[in-house]
Parts: sequence; structure tokens; C-alpha cells
Amino acid sequence: MKRTIFDKIWDAHVIKGITEGPSVLYIDRHYIHEVTSPQAFTGLEKRGLEVFRPNQTFATCDHNVPTINQHLPISDQSSRLPVEKLAENTKKHRITYFPLGDKRNGVVHIIGPELGLTTCGMTIVCGDSHTSTHGAFGNIAFGVGTSEVEMVLATQTLLQTKPRQMLIKVDGELGKGVCAKDIILYIISNLGTSAGTGYFLEFAGSTIASLSMEERMTICNMSIEMGAKGGLIAPDQITFNYLKDRDYSPKGEAWEESVKYWETLKSDVGAIYDAVYQFSAEEINPMITYGTNPGMGISVTGSIADNLKDNPSSMKALEYMGFAPGEKLIGKRIDYVFLGSCTNGRIEDFRAFASIVKGRRKHPGVIAWLVPGSKQVECQLEEEGIGDVLRKAGFEIRQPGCSACLAMNDDKIPSGKYCVSTSNRNFEGRQGPGARTLLAGPIVAAAAAINGVITDPRELSYEF
Amino acid sequence: MSFEKFTILKSGTINVPIENIDTDQIIPARFLKTTSREGFGKNLFYDWRYDSQGKMIRSSELNENKGEKILVAGRNFGCGSSREHAAWAIYDYGFRAVISSFFADIFKNNALNNGLLPVQVSDNFLDRIFKNIGSDIIINLPERSVTIYSTGETEHFQINSYKQNCLINGFDDIEYLISCRHETENFENNRKK
Ligand code: SF4
Repeated sequence: MKRTIFDKIWDAHVIKGITEGPSVLYIDRHYIHEVTSPQAFTGLEKRGLEVFRPNQTFATCDHNVPTINQHLPISDQSSRLPVEKLAENTKKHRITYFPLGDKRNGVVHIIGPELGLTTCGMTIVCGDSHTSTHGAFGNIAFGVGTSEVEMVLATQTLLQTKPRQMLIKVDGELGKGVCAKDIILYIISNLGTSAGTGYFLEFAGSTIASLSMEERMTICNMSIEMGAKGGLIAPDQITFNYLKDRDYSPKGEAWEESVKYWETLKSDVGAIYDAVYQFSAEEINPMITYGTNPGMGISVTGSIADNLKDNPSSMKALEYMGFAPGEKLIGKRIDYVFLGSCTNGRIEDFRAFASIVKGRRKHPGVIAWLVPGSKQVECQLEEEGIGDVLRKAGFEIRQPGCSACLAMNDDKIPSGKYCVSTSNRNFEGRQGPGARTLLAGPIVAAAAAINGVITDPRELSYEF
Repeated sequence: MSFEKFTILKSGTINVPIENIDTDQIIPARFLKTTSREGFGKNLFYDWRYDSQGKMIRSSELNENKGEKILVAGRNFGCGSSREHAAWAIYDYGFRAVISSFFADIFKNNALNNGLLPVQVSDNFLDRIFKNIGSDIIINLPERSVTIYSTGETEHFQINSYKQNCLINGFDDIEYLISCRHETENFENNRKK
């Protein structure tokens, strides 16, 4: 039987199956944060249960944290409480926790790979839909609800029905100014936000193979915006190079052994998928979204489709955004720029952003929030001198957290304002009640921050 | 977490004929800060029910719930964030079932884990429900059928038989998984070898 990489990892984790029902799946790694875990711990305690494998769960706080003055107690009490609760729960149940200020703290999906807690061939879950990020290393990684967080704490297992499998191939060479975010926005705008529902995705093809780990993470991160359970990319030498010598990566002989196993994690030639899509890299332009779901994206120089006027749901979205069918976005004034989140809050994203703003000035009408995804990224920015470049251009760098990706901490976009955001969701109110989000990659975001209007970054000459 | 057993439900509906309703609409992130499971219902669809001053929006059908237990929504309901709070909020508001022509995966799981039945019908049938405003709907879980009471139109829906049983009996997964602990330990030991 020819198997996909998904099949191989799945088969290696099934403990048993229920007739006409789901399988009991073993979970290797479990990440938790302060938003979706408290009720799971309460549930556990109500049942009088202990955490079954405390050393396989790791905790961080990210959603509620402020991105300035992190040395002070969190002033908003409603945000402070869940963070305190997490500290309390992890202490009580002997779970490793990276609290605010710790050099390993950051957004959950950034720190997992960064610390080598995410490796290859694993099953990984977290009470957070963007757990799909970890698929970039060749893992079955997916988001779960709080009841399932409780199940994993209690048993290190979950009941899961095997999803269908979809192969998405991207081949060819990317054009100038086109980045990983553009690839995934392009795919979603083509296939729609529910095309992946019921599926697990595998991304492959020469374009994908040429991407760095950070770029691969950006792509897998947004698998969920297609409705998919998750998305993965087979590991290769780029993956192993990234993981070598990370804090928690296997060392010495264990490393050699691991790599030997990881090298077997690829789909057999002739393995069958339930669906296959192919894209060519040459057709992808810098992208931006105009609506209220991540599938409503166009090339930054393109126009909003005229026929949207026939669809009430699309018209509701356009009304919310203050746009009309047929309009172009280029040249439209914007108010905010957000660089950060588990989609684009890594060092390479900051390098890309800095490559555009270097030697220029931030537009005075734009408020920009540049938020590193983790403490490590924050440090690296200074080590590499990127911090200086950004400050010279009139930008300020904040402290790590989810920040303006979701309106849960202090960083909210005011009602009616336009924000070019490198995050992953442009839902109504996602960045604050009434906030208007335009999703884009770091390069398009940087160009907008410089010009104060939506700009084709290819028109700014820069070294990329 | 225990929930009411679900067998046959006859109720009026609240209809929200909008596609791609994401969990940020169902329960905005700023309401996720409490650490208990209770009380999310009052903030369900908050930004659709209240204006920016916090005043109730009269025209919002969601504000006129007279005990309807079924929410009917457009295609691709529950996409976006994995927040189980969305299922808790819908349940807490009084709903016991959601009908749509398509559900996002995580939402579907979360709903089932909380005794809230997601009923997936055809686009055509969904349209018929939207056209028959005011009619009761009957959901028969043991028979896996959904009926528009006023017209008698019926459609069958699919549900995993394991999950169907859990709902009918009010069971959740965790008890079962705990009963498998011994096998889990064996699995772990075999892997180490
Ligand atoms: S950065 Fe955004 S998407 Fe990522 S975990 Fe935080 S809130 Fe979720």
C-alpha cells in the first residue's frame, strides 16, 4: 500500500480504533495558553484527575498580554486573571511554563519550533486553531477545543476520525516582492475558505521545497483559513538544519537516530489523495484582502470582483469594509499597520519589512505596531541591527505577544480604521469592534507603512 | 462536563441566513477572559445584537429569542478560531441544535463535545427552512432526520454513530479515553523499544 506522509504519521499514533467510529490517537506534544486551558483544568479537577503526562505539555501566555511594559503587572484585571490562573494551574500540575518576561516566552506557535519542542513526525495539539503551523516540520498538528485539551491532559490521547487528504502543489519560481504569505493568500482566494473542511493538506512542489522553515510555517499556519484540519510539508534537509541544536531538539546519538527516522517521512510515489490542486508560482502576485474572510483576497494591484453585488454575504462584508464591487485598493489611505502574529512575527518577517523601510520614513499618518512573536525574535532584532533600522525609519518595536491579531489585549484597532495586518484573520471585529483589516504579507505592509496608502511594493526599489 | 441527553427536538428557529459565520462573530475575543464555562450566552453574537454604545439593536432577530432552541445559519458555520466558547455561548443562550449546509470541523467537534447538535443539511433544504419562516423544525437524532413541521419536508443528515450514541446518552469522550489508559501505556512502552 502506498502511503502519504500523513498516513505514516497517523498509523504510527493510532492506539486503537472504534468500530464505525473514531480512532484513539496518541498525542506527542501538547501546547497550552491562558485562553483555552482554564476550563480544562477545572474539568480535570472536578473529575479528580491528575495530568497524565505533564512533561509532554508546555505552556505560554500570549493572547492577553500587553506589548509594552511587560515588567509591570498586567493592569487590565480581566487579562491578568487568566494569566495568573495559567501560572497556578501549571505549577500545581508540574507543567513547564514560560511566563511573561521569560526568555522563552512568546506566541505559542512561534516558540514551539523555536525551542525545538516541535520536531518531525509528531502529533501535536493545542487549544488554538493555528496549531496547523507546526505541520511545516512534517507533523500532524491541529487545533482542538477546550474539552479536548482536557482529554489530552487526562489521557495524552484524543478520539479522532481520519480526515480526507488534499495535495496542494506549487511549482515554479516566485516573482520579485512575492512572499510565503502571498502564496497562501493566493491559494485561499482561489479555493475558498471552506475548501479544506474535512481535509488534511499536504503542501508540496518545487516552490514549497525552496522555502525556508519560517516561510513554510506561514503557509501551514493559514491552512485553517481554508477550513482544513491542518496542513503539513514533508521534512527535508532545510527542516533538519533548522532544528539542529535547538534547546529541546534531540542531541548526539538521539539526533542521528531521529533524523534517520524523519527522512522516511515523505509520501510514497503514487500515494492517493482525495483531492489535488496545482498552482504555478509565476502567477502569484503580492496579495491583499478586501473583505471579511481570508478568502476575499486579490493581487495588490487588482480590483474587487464586480459580480459580488449579487451575493448578500459578500455585500455585507464590503459594506463593513467601506469598499464597493469593482473598486481597486491601490492608493487607498490606511491608518494602521500591524507586523506580527504567529503568521508573520518571525525574524525573517522583520528582515523583509526592514528591507523596504531602510532609508525611508514611516508615513506620519500611519500608526505602526511591530510586534515580535517571541522574546527570542525580540533579542535577535537587536543583535542583527534590525531594531536600529526600524527605529531610524520612525518605527517603534513592541514586546512579544499576539497583540493586534485579535482584540483581546490592549492593542486594538479603533472602529472604522483601516489596518494592513500581517496576521491571519480579517473577520469583522477581529482586531477590535468595527476595525477594518486588510491581510497582507510583511512586504506589502511595509510599503503601506511608508506611503500611507496601499502600495505595490514592486514600485519601491529595494533590495530583496 | 455533562449535558442534557438529546433525542427528539421540536422547536421554533432563529434564522441567520449569512454565510461563513466565524467564531469571532459568535463570541468576540474580548469576552473570552473568564475562566469558567458558564455565562457566555449573554455575549453571543454581541456585535450583531448591540451597537457600539452597548444599546440593543432592535432589528436583530437574535434579540427576539422566545425560547427557540434551534439556530439556523448560512453555509460554513463556525469557521475560524477553535474557541469552544462559541459552542458554550450558543448552548448557554438556549440553543440545542444548529442547522447549516456546512460546518467548520473544529466547531462541529466542539459542539458535539458539549451536547449541541450540528445538523448538516443540503443547500436546498436550508433554503426551504429560510423560506418557511415561523415554522417549527423537528430534529430526530435516533432517526437522523430533520423535518420542516409546516410543510412536512424531511431530510436525513449524517452523524458518526459513536457521536450519535454519546449525544443520545449524554456521554462524553473523556470517560472512554480514561478506560483506555492501560492500552495507552502499552503503546508508550512499545514505542520506546
Ligand atoms: S498570533 Fe493571533 S492567530 Fe496566532 S495564536 Fe495569537 S491570536 Fe491566535
